Amino acid sequence: MAIAVRNLTKSYGTEKAVNDISFDVKTGEILGFLGPNGAGKTTTMKIITCYLPPNAGTVDVEGYSIADHSFEVRSKIGYLPELNPLYLDMNVLEYLEYSAQLFGFKNTLLRERMKEMIEVCGLGNVRHKDIGELSKGYRQRVGLAQAMIHDPQVLILDEPTSGLDPNQIVEIRNLIKKLGRAKTVILSTHILSEVQATCDRVIIINKGKIVADGTPDKLQQDFRGAEMVSLELRAHVGNAMTDIYPKLKSMQLVESVEYGGQTGDTHRFVVHTAKGSDVREQLFRKAVDEGWTLLEMSRKTTSLEEVFHELTTGEQGKREEAVKSE
Amino acid sequence: MNFSAILDYKELLGNFRHTGTIFRKELRSYFNSAVAYVVIVVFLAIIGWFHTSNLFLANVASLRLMFDLVPAVFLFVVPAITMRLLAEEKKSGTIELLSTKPLHDAEIVLGKFLAAWALIGIALLPTLIYYITIASIGSIDNGPVIGGYIGLMLMAGVYVSVGLLASSLTDNQIVAFIVGFLLVFVLFMLDKILIYVPEFMTSIVEYLGVDYHFSNVARGVIDSRDIVYFLSILGFSLYLSVLSLGRRRW
Repeated sequence: MAIAVRNLTKSYGTEKAVNDISFDVKTGEILGFLGPNGAGKTTTMKIITCYLPPNAGTVDVEGYSIADHSFEVRSKIGYLPELNPLYLDMNVLEYLEYSAQLFGFKNTLLRERMKEMIEVCGLGNVRHKDIGELSKGYRQRVGLAQAMIHDPQVLILDEPTSGLDPNQIVEIRNLIKKLGRAKTVILSTHILSEVQATCDRVIIINKGKIVADGTPDKLQQDFRGAEMVSLELRAHVGNAMTDIYPKLKSMQLVESVEYGGQTGDTHRFVVHTAKGSDVREQLFRKAVDEGWTLLEMSRKTTSLEEVFHELTTGEQGKREEAVKSE
Repeated sequence: MNFSAILDYKELLGNFRHTGTIFRKELRSYFNSAVAYVVIVVFLAIIGWFHTSNLFLANVASLRLMFDLVPAVFLFVVPAITMRLLAEEKKSGTIELLSTKPLHDAEIVLGKFLAAWALIGIALLPTLIYYITIASIGSIDNGPVIGGYIGLMLMAGVYVSVGLLASSLTDNQIVAFIVGFLLVFVLFMLDKILIYVPEFMTSIVEYLGVDYHFSNVARGVIDSRDIVYFLSILGFSLYLSVLSLGRRRW
């Protein structure tokens, strides 16, 4: 186990930023830390990197405890803090050299590491430029290069793609995937597509508590609510509400039907059915039997966005129910 | 507050292998930005003007005029040099990068202290020209000159450590400057307000005044009591800076 977090609690004054959370990260795993702003993602990361001490609980990184072996932990972690702070008056080479020296690199080894990071992160063109002159995308690369300079086993990236344009996001995401191949990575984000694109596993955190934990696909399945099928059909009938609606409503498994209006003799419906059911085939046969022309039929599944929205804004009851014991 | 961490001598003494790295980075950043040049020029301009304008009136071949003036100039210049040292790192968040690297807070503080101190030393170097010119036109007593320079450096050390402490208390450079200035101003003024101090306290207050010890050393008499004073204020300020830097852990 690369990282083991147990019963971690951190309060700022009376407010509990992180409230008794526990999770493990396996070696080589890319874990996405998802949550709204102020959920406790950054605080958890700051504790793992030994920047802040917890009020209670333990964290072990590669077998070393953050409380007793902070030096070993810090030398095994590469960290990109939120907002990617950098020394704007240093140039890229100077900065990487400084970072490497602070990890104890010297001479040939130091130059080798710098060369490798400049190559991997694509910093060759800007290596003599002051960091202050670089675009956000390049600054993010410098931040990543700095985090990776000592070839750490664990990478902790706090919102690595925030503030970047879509092309830069794709670049940085690919870079993280490339760099993280042999490493254990925790990255936080509030962009859901990022998690689906990069992470093996997701932890959704809200108000200092873990509300969901699993692969992106698993979360989508687990939190799938009622199924919805939207229909568009043509029928030469006088009134959709009296002629079509009851027939749909009376079908097996159908819980409710919404009428979406009509254009000429084209009628639109949304059919809600029980969780985990699929009534598309029955709907097709029904349409054939009744002589309706089926113009469109599509199934709507819960997206990770909806899972996230439900978990982080839903009422207390829903959230409690969502907390799963692994 | 975790007392065991503070009393842990290993934590404090650390091993200072990264102090040199921090020192070089800070000194380079003084010269990369205009700070170093501005300090040197301002310093030389002020000293040069007041020094030479009175030199021929005094008609004595000594650097006394300069040594009387520099401690007052230090009051402004040193806090201006030290204000950014830690406050800027806190403001920009780079302190988080530094603190999550495997090094002690004491290494950071010492490296930064030495860099600012060295900058003062570099700014003082060109004043040797004054020495050379005066030595060439009259016979100069070297004792007070050597003592004066040693005294200035010790005094600068105290000011830098106090300024660094001020910088560790805030993430605002202006606040760091004002607090630093006030602290060194108090240290500077202590031996000048003795007439307002109750008699039984005068010797203590005088002993705490930095200018009192400076004038002792500047006379060319290097007394261990003065050295102990400079080093203890310096050490105490650095110690408090280390504590202050680590206070997020309390």
